[in-house]
Order: sequence, then C-alpha cells, then structure tokens
Amino acid sequence: MTSRAVPATEPSQPALPAELSRGQLLELYRYLRLTRTLEERLTALYRQSKVIGGLFRSLGQEGESVASAYALERGRHRDLLSPLIRNLGSLLVMGAKPVEILRQYMAKADGPTRGRDTNVHFNDLEIGYLGQISHLGDMLPVMAGITLTFRMRGEARVGLVYIGDGGTSTGTFHEGLNFAAVQRCPLVVIGEYNHWAYSTPAEKQFAVKDLAEKAKGYGIPAVTVDGNDVFAVYAATKHAVERARRGKGVHFIEVKTYRRKGHAEHDDQSYVPPGELERWARENDPVDRYVQQLLQHAWVEQDDLSAIDASVREEVDRATDACAEERLPAPESALPGVYADPPAADALWFRRV
Amino acid sequence: MAEITFLEALRQGLWEEMERDERVFILGEDVGIYGGAFKVTEGFVKKFGEARVIDTPISEAAIVGAAAGAAHMGMRPVAEMQFIDFISCAYDMLTNYVATARYRAGLSTPIVVRGPCGGYVRGGPFHSQNPEAAFFHTPGLKIVYPATARDAKGLMKSAIRDDDPVIYLEHKWLYRRIKEQLPEGEEILTPIGEARLAREGKDLSIVTYGAMVWKSLEAADTLQQQDGVSVEILDLRTLLPLDDAAIIRTVQKTNKVLIVHEDTRTGGVAGEIAARINEQAFEWLDGPIMRVTAHDVPLPYAPTLEDYVLPQTDDIVKAVRWLANY
Repeated sequence: MTSRAVPATEPSQPALPAELSRGQLLELYRYLRLTRTLEERLTALYRQSKVIGGLFRSLGQEGESVASAYALERGRHRDLLSPLIRNLGSLLVMGAKPVEILRQYMAKADGPTRGRDTNVHFNDLEIGYLGQISHLGDMLPVMAGITLTFRMRGEARVGLVYIGDGGTSTGTFHEGLNFAAVQRCPLVVIGEYNHWAYSTPAEKQFAVKDLAEKAKGYGIPAVTVDGNDVFAVYAATKHAVERARRGKGVHFIEVKTYRRKGHAEHDDQSYVPPGELERWARENDPVDRYVQQLLQHAWVEQDDLSAIDASVREEVDRATDACAEERLPAPESALPGVYADPPAADALWFRRV
Repeated sequence: MAEITFLEALRQGLWEEMERDERVFILGEDVGIYGGAFKVTEGFVKKFGEARVIDTPISEAAIVGAAAGAAHMGMRPVAEMQFIDFISCAYDMLTNYVATARYRAGLSTPIVVRGPCGGYVRGGPFHSQNPEAAFFHTPGLKIVYPATARDAKGLMKSAIRDDDPVIYLEHKWLYRRIKEQLPEGEEILTPIGEARLAREGKDLSIVTYGAMVWKSLEAADTLQQQDGVSVEILDLRTLLPLDDAAIIRTVQKTNKVLIVHEDTRTGGVAGEIAARINEQAFEWLDGPIMRVTAHDVPLPYAPTLEDYVLPQTDDIVKAVRWLANY
C-alpha cells in the first residue's frame, strides 16, 4: 500500500457535510439530475402521445425524494421503500432503471408490469421498492406489515413510505401509522407537504399547520425539515433510519416542499396564485440549491457536474432509443396471472364464436 | 374418532397449520389472551406466543393491509374480522390492493381473511351479514364458505396453503350446532373450487352453501316424506371460483334447479349461478331457475322481523313444491 504525504502548502480539503464523501455528493447530484432529465424526456414523449396515460412530474420535489431514499441501505434484500407518483427520484436511487420507467409509462410489453399498470406502479422487492396503488394511504398498512415481518424475523431492515399532504386525510394513513406505532415497526414515514393535493390547498385539507403535528398524536417522534434542502432531508432520514434499525420504532419526517407542475401534465394550474410558481422556481429549486452549496464550498468542481449532466443525457437517450419503438403487449396476454391457480382467465364465448 | 363441533374443526385446521408452518401467524382484534369474540383462537397465544397471535387496534384496513405486506415478504397471515360485517371497512384494501396485486404487479399475497358471518342469531344489521356478493365480483380473490365441520377444517387448511388471497366465511349459527366425527391423524384438505354433493336426488336440485345447506337438507327430508319428491343438494363450499361443472351436472340430472342463499337477492350469488346455467345448460331445463334468498332489506333485530326477512326451511319446502309442479 502506498501513501503520499500532503505538502504543507496544499490547501486542506473543505469539510464535507453530513458525513457524505465527495463521491456520494456527486452520486446524489447524479440522481437529482437523472430524475429531472428523465421527467423532461417523459414530457416530450407525452407530447408526442407516446406516454399512454397521465404524466406526473416531481419538479421541485426531486431533492426530498432522492435524499430520503439515499439514507437507506441499498442492495439485495436490504431496506425497502414505497414511492408515490412524485418519487421517481426515490425509485432511481433504489436501482430502478430509466428504461423500465419509460417502458412503464409507454405501456410496453417488456415493461415491469407488461402494460398492466401505470407510471411508478411497479416493484422490485429484491432491490427494495414496492410501487403504490392509486388509493392514497393504502401503502401505510402494507408497509406496516412488511416492516412487522422484518421485526418478527429479527432482520435489521428498515422500511420507508411516502405520503402526501392530501394523503394524510385518508383513513388508511391513520390506521396504518397507528398500527405501525403500536407494533414498533421499523418504519420511516416521509410526509410530503407540497402545498397542493390536485387543486386543493393544504388549508382545505387539514386544520393543523404542520403534518408533523398529526404524527405526534400517535406517540411517535415527528420532525419538520426544509424539503428542498438535500442535506437536511438526508440527515433527518438517516437519523430516523438508524433509530428504526435499532428497534426504536416509527419515525415521521415532514418535508416542506412545493409541487411546481400540475397534478398531471393536463392540469393548467389555474388555481395557483400568480407568481407563486415562478417564485419557488427562482428562489427555492432543490437542484439549484444543492449545486450552489456544492460549488460554494468547493466540495466539487463545475466540470464534475457538467460531466454528470452529459452522461445523464446520454443515459436517457440510450434508454429512450432502446424502448420507444417496442411493441405493446399482445391482447390475449391480458388473461393470465389473476391467480396463481387457475393460471389464466378464459376468453369469453363471444371471442370464440 | 372424536365428535367435534364446526368451531373446533376450524380451530384444529388453524392450529395444525400453525404447527406445520412457522410462516403462519394470526392478527386481529382480541385474538390473543381473550381468544377471539367466539373463542376460535382460544389458547393460541399460549401455545404460539404473542409474536404469532397479534392483538391489533380496531383497524380492519390496517389488519388486511399489514397482512398483505407480510404476505409479500413470504409470510402466511390469517386475519380475523371480529364479525365479518366489519370486512367492509377493509373493502378498499381487499379489492384494490390485495385482489389486483398478482395481476398488476406480480406480487404474491397469500392471506386468509376469516370471520363469523350470517344471521338467525338476533344479531341485528351489523352482526349478521353475509358479505360474499361484495367480493364475488372481484377477480383476484377466492371465497370459501364451509357448511360441515370436515370442510371447516379442510378449507381452513387449504386456504392457508393457497398462494392467492382467500376470504373464509364461517357461519356463526353452525359454530356449535354442527357436530361431526373427524378421523384423528388424517390430514383433511378440502380442495378450493370443488362443490360437494350433500344429498343425492333425482327430481329437483338445490344449489346452496353455508347454513342453507342444513335448512335445505331439512326441507328435502320433509319433501321426501310428505310429497315423495327426491331433492338433490349441491353444497358449493367455494363461491369463487364457482364449480361450474358440478352445477351443470346436477342440472342435467334433475332438470330443475332452485338456488338458495341467505344473502339478499339483488346482485347476489344466485343471480350469477342462474346466468351460468342459462348459458351452459339452457336445453336441459324443464322449468325456470328459481331463487330463495333473504328479502332485499337490511337484516332487522327483532325475532319476528329477522325470521320474516331470512329464508326459512318452510320457504324452501314451498318453493320446491311450486317448482316440482311446474
């Protein structure tokens, strides 16, 4: 093993934040950039009518998605998270491939659900993500059961589940959170206060100021952090994950952020007060803020970031080229797999006469 | 061979599966020390421990959702609904999440959701329901509804071993009324999806399930003695998937069919059975397919009212006479 003495004249390396290495800072940036670039590509494909259904953007929320997922232990049969439609970044961090996401949005036969379900509704339990269903709140009980199993088996694994500000109004959210709290499940809940539930503002959704107030009613620790500060979200999640792994139970983290696009691409956002979107874009973009911090403290060079931008563009181009022209599923492939047994539903008589 | 009750038989099924497979665990309200409202799980927590017999909050959606999550991870949870009436609180979780999981996402969700159902016990509107029709419509679920002690045990064991989600309906009127000698040491597994001929006959068929099997048997004895009419009775045992072959077989044998269920009429299982007979055995019918069901009202509490709303043995006798004379 060789080592090199640092000359006394060389400036010392600036201290890195949140115990993250330089490589990790760049990796976080890569996921942020990949999320945004991939979504921009999806918007282009949506406008070309290649995305079959709705398109849900996470513009403005990439920071909390990426940073929270990054605090988990990743790998085969390690930690497991359940993302919402605006957590594309979390999926990418856990190891979902851009080509899978493109195929899924375009309902391709070779996509993760073979054209059966939409957007981020897919899973890979081995590398640690379980897609949501559209009924908000339902993933709380399911993740309570998954993390209950981790606890029952004595596995040092943690689950993480996202819920939007609107989603905290559902019954399943409360049932699931309470169940997990009582059972001391190793579960971290990220409450995303993004100000809008479709067109409904938070003040018409609940009468508390912070989502964290709701969680406190279940006897679990709850904190509110700046959701557009990557370091703050990462540090808070890391703390909660480690605590859960030590058997201390559920932890709720509210991330204050802002949904800068409509509920889906068709939504004209006419309900948003004038100037608000522009202000958040100008003053509080999570990616811009992250980059500023990296450069300001000289943790990385602009060239490092530019190289990542180029490599991400190339990756997304490659993924698009790989699947844009793929076929949709064969019609009859709609019948198998409702049950393990019987293996397929029968085609009805009028398809056979 | 010891004579045991329907309740004891289903307890045995559950017990044996928990002994056989450590992935099986129970969750529900008051299932632990108290042993469940009907004592189905009495003694389980002592034998298997609190980790495998979990008392939960009053949260049916969370109970079913947590069972689903555990099942994804390879467990075999059995969720108790204290009364099956409360399964409606988990309707979303069962129909949207659980039932679709394999199809949309390739997720295996081998859970059993079980609970006491049915009337004739003066339980009123919220402790007497038969919820099968609400789930019968949902691809991805299976529904079993045993009538005998043997099937109570055999279907419990099969449901736990099944790789798909199973709703297991147990009629509380049968719990302690039905007794049967079951062989000890024999593994009883009732196949899901297979009906059972409860009585052989030649003049007319009754297709039924649950407690109505016993009322139909009683009616058949009366009809044999008083009218000389020979009634065949098919106990469906599984409602989803229906055993079409067994239904068509009995229709082809007797050419007349009466469908009997305790649930209300409109949108009930009998309508689907009638449609299938119409599609698959129209030429074999010598009379209209008739139904005996509960009236289309919520189930009332007063004995006079409940008895009026629910189908009684005498109603079955009269319906069979009408159809036999058609």
